[in-house]
Amino acid sequence: MIELEGISRVYHVGGRPVHALHDIDLTIPAGAYVSVMGPSGSGKSTLLNLLGCLDRPTSGAYRLDGRDVARLDELELSRVRRHKIGFVFQSFHLVPRLSAAQNVELPMIFAGVERQERTKRVENVLDAVGLSERAGHRPDQLSGGERQRVAIARSVVMDPKVLLADEPTGNLDTTSGKEVIALLESMNAAGLTLVVVTHNPEIGDHAHRRIRLLDGGVAEDLP
Amino acid sequence: MSGYDLLRFAATALRGHRLRTLLSIAGVSIGVASVIVLTSLGEGARLYVTDEFTNLGSNLLFVIPGKTETTGMAPFGSVSHDLTLDDAEALRRRVPRIRYVAPLTMGEARARFGDRARDVTVAGTTAELREVRDLRMQAGRYLPEGDPDRAPRVCVLGSEISSELFADANPLGENLKIGDERFRVIGVIEPRGMSVGMDLDELIHVPVVRAMRLFDQTTLFRILVEVGSYEEVETVKGQIIAVITERHDGEEDVTLLSQDSVLSAFGRILTALTLALGGIAATSLTVAGVGIMNVMLVSVSERTREIGLLKAVGVTPAQVLLTFLVEASILSSLGGLLGFGAAIAAIRVFTYLYPAFPAQPPVWAVVGSLALSVSIGILFGALPARRAARLDPVQALAGR
Repeated sequence: MIELEGISRVYHVGGRPVHALHDIDLTIPAGAYVSVMGPSGSGKSTLLNLLGCLDRPTSGAYRLDGRDVARLDELELSRVRRHKIGFVFQSFHLVPRLSAAQNVELPMIFAGVERQERTKRVENVLDAVGLSERAGHRPDQLSGGERQRVAIARSVVMDPKVLLADEPTGNLDTTSGKEVIALLESMNAAGLTLVVVTHNPEIGDHAHRRIRLLDGGVAEDLP
Repeated sequence: MSGYDLLRFAATALRGHRLRTLLSIAGVSIGVASVIVLTSLGEGARLYVTDEFTNLGSNLLFVIPGKTETTGMAPFGSVSHDLTLDDAEALRRRVPRIRYVAPLTMGEARARFGDRARDVTVAGTTAELREVRDLRMQAGRYLPEGDPDRAPRVCVLGSEISSELFADANPLGENLKIGDERFRVIGVIEPRGMSVGMDLDELIHVPVVRAMRLFDQTTLFRILVEVGSYEEVETVKGQIIAVITERHDGEEDVTLLSQDSVLSAFGRILTALTLALGGIAATSLTVAGVGIMNVMLVSVSERTREIGLLKAVGVTPAQVLLTFLVEASILSSLGGLLGFGAAIAAIRVFTYLYPAFPAQPPVWAVVGSLALSVSIGILFGALPARRAARLDPVQALAGR
């Protein structure tokens, strides 16, 4: 359950304040499937960063599963990200020197998950994204669609509550894009809250709820 | 996160840029190796000198004119009385525990035989020097015993002098011209080599009075005294000083050096030398540390996006810091171990080539340089690691 109340985010560019987000109120119930659309500079990425606890709002309240996370320090925020949030990026963000399995394992290593447990979970999620056979391949030996599926496997391996996808198909061809969206939707069907940021209407229209941002505010919120 | 996982992750990062990794390891290796090798040579020099002095015999005393400390300079005008042959005689008569007394005076002169000539160091002494320094004869005999004032004009040659001036001919009975006087050669000493900074093979021994006349001296360079046993050294020291002080109008103006005092003085000097060498070499370790810092800074900026990803998946700032510190420490520790191995190998080769020189790494240098190499990794890795830990996740993900 995500609750935003009067969220604003102000950057200072060259000494002048820029209002990236302005007084946003938003509630996303657990298990929802939401797309966030809007033109460049409308505040989509800023909203996603705030939702993902990568960034803190200038003002306003953000409750994640009932806990106010808007004023947590770096350490607390990283723990929230570790346990509650999964990220899927446009450019995959796989570590190039590590194999698919090692990339998936990465969050668990730093979270202190036991080795045996890690191996088991890596197998499970790679199986879930259909990449069991590619586990030993490095990212440069994988296609774009496969890379994004590895990234999705990594994003869910810590069993988060919320999956945040930033233009997940932006670097993919149509076919693999569709596969990736189907995979994300299957994660949502399994209970994860899914928020997809995109400016591709075809992808955005898939979502059960479509939010359109304009100039840092919510312009449209269609159920 | 377990230490093993941390090491493994850091190792994959280092394998990602092998050349840089190897170069910075090499930097530390060279630093550690030079610390160990240089201090080994210094330590070897100390052992060598210690060994030399131990050969002298522990019941040997040097009486030196002037009141000096073994570690300091004599104050101005401190030599108020010369040390004379009569002083040496007085010691022999009045200190019963003294076994041998050998007065010694030294000078440089030109020695000539036929058409061969060379500059030599001449030692003026008495028959007892043979006992004191344990000299062995190759041919003939040593200086005659008896009243030093009536000693004949004879000389004993070091083996090197003998072969240079007489080649293969027998020098015994020949007349050697030293300075303006003629000396009859009565003996040649067995080759012995360097001993306490003097090359005995390149020395000509003549009776002390003859040497003083030759060099127009009235004073002795020093008096060598051999005591009956080591236990009596301290007692005899006091008696010698008492006798000399009495003879020198109540002024205590001689210095007594025993093997112990010489040894400890040389030991101190050479330990200082070793420390200085180690310090200079340790500087190169610091340079290697700067190299590690450079490599780590490059690594942090190259891996900005990776750091952003780590932060996004919930790696804490402290864990990021630790990861980079471990990377830097791996570089420096591997370098340290490699340098240690290289140094030991180099010392092996050295001692194989020069078996007489007891080069060996001092334990403190080995432990110190290894500890230093590890801490250098942590020290110089700290800045890059902190930079990585403090990156803003959003900026880092964007590669900024």
